[in-house]
Amino acid sequence: MKTVKVGMADLNVARSPDKIKTIGLGSCVGIILYDKILKIAGMAHIMLPTAASIKGDVNPAKYADTAVPVLVSKLVRMGVEPKRLIAKIAGGAQMFPLNGSSDVMRIGPRNVEACKEALKIAGIPLYAEDTGGNWGRTVEMDCMTGRVEIRSFNRGVKEI
Amino acid sequence: MSEKKNRFGDLQLDVLREIGNIGAGHATTALSKLTGKPIDMKVPRARTLEFNEVADFVGGPETVVVTVYLRIVGDLQGSMFFTLSQDLAQQLVQQFLPSTSMEDGFSDMAISALNEIGNILIGSYLTALVELTQLDIQPSVPSLAVDMAGAILSTGLIELSQTSDFAIAIDTSFLDGERELEGHFFFLPNPESIEKVFMSLGVPLNENC
Repeated sequence: MKTVKVGMADLNVARSPDKIKTIGLGSCVGIILYDKILKIAGMAHIMLPTAASIKGDVNPAKYADTAVPVLVSKLVRMGVEPKRLIAKIAGGAQMFPLNGSSDVMRIGPRNVEACKEALKIAGIPLYAEDTGGNWGRTVEMDCMTGRVEIRSFNRGVKEI
Repeated sequence: MSEKKNRFGDLQLDVLREIGNIGAGHATTALSKLTGKPIDMKVPRARTLEFNEVADFVGGPETVVVTVYLRIVGDLQGSMFFTLSQDLAQQLVQQFLPSTSMEDGFSDMAISALNEIGNILIGSYLTALVELTQLDIQPSVPSLAVDMAGAILSTGLIELSQTSDFAIAIDTSFLDGERELEGHFFFLPNPESIEKVFMSLGVPLNENC
């Protein structure tokens, strides 16, 4: 059993009995897609809602709207049936209190909304989420069980 | 690694290091006055980093740190972080508010004291930067969080990520006598606006100029 790590603006896949993990989500969102029949999971750690206004080459794993389709096609190449996929998301916090009306400070909630929209477009049901608040999250998916463990400082462990 | 990562040459990185040196030098003097103890700083590090490498500077993305953060707008834009280990933050609070109990973590009073300390120190860092560059630099209201370094620093990285795939990190840690205090001034300037700093200082924008 190994643990596949997903960095910031990164995405990857893992299959049972492995785990897949991303550390220190703040306003970023971790998107997890899972096929419980094949016990295969994909995870993306997105930083921004949309690549729509970006010219030139983009890193698809950085944006919610580009990460979801790329992750789906990566999973399909492993034999996953897209209609079996379910999604869980975590993150989208606001680490520091709002000062001013800067969009950057509201990025967490905007990222969460963009993830939900991207999942809807891909036709993937959102099974569970742990989003918002003002705390960071480390997220680990166990491909064997489909359970997602979320660890936060001073808040213990939560399972979704 | 990507081409962008190597956009700055040794000369530019030396200038950024000097910015860290002057800024953090002033701030360390201020901290020394606040605590009444001699405090030295280490030689600053200035690097262009991938996003995922940034949190390693303060001990890894899962290390819990106490951080005062503010954004800078004006000619120079970016994020400024003053991060402390939990131990060091507690020591500082107890020095300023001796009656405060730290048993239940950081009280509102402790948070507010640390926020003010961070504000003063970042203020002296930025004042030094303004004097050096003569640029218009406006800091936002500071705020404080105690959390995983990865989650905290990503607030600054998200801002950069809208225009860039790398970060310029200017990091200065400081020492109390022999003991490293595990405190950092961490400056993440917006890569585009750093060019204004180079121009104001007469530094060519890349090595080949």
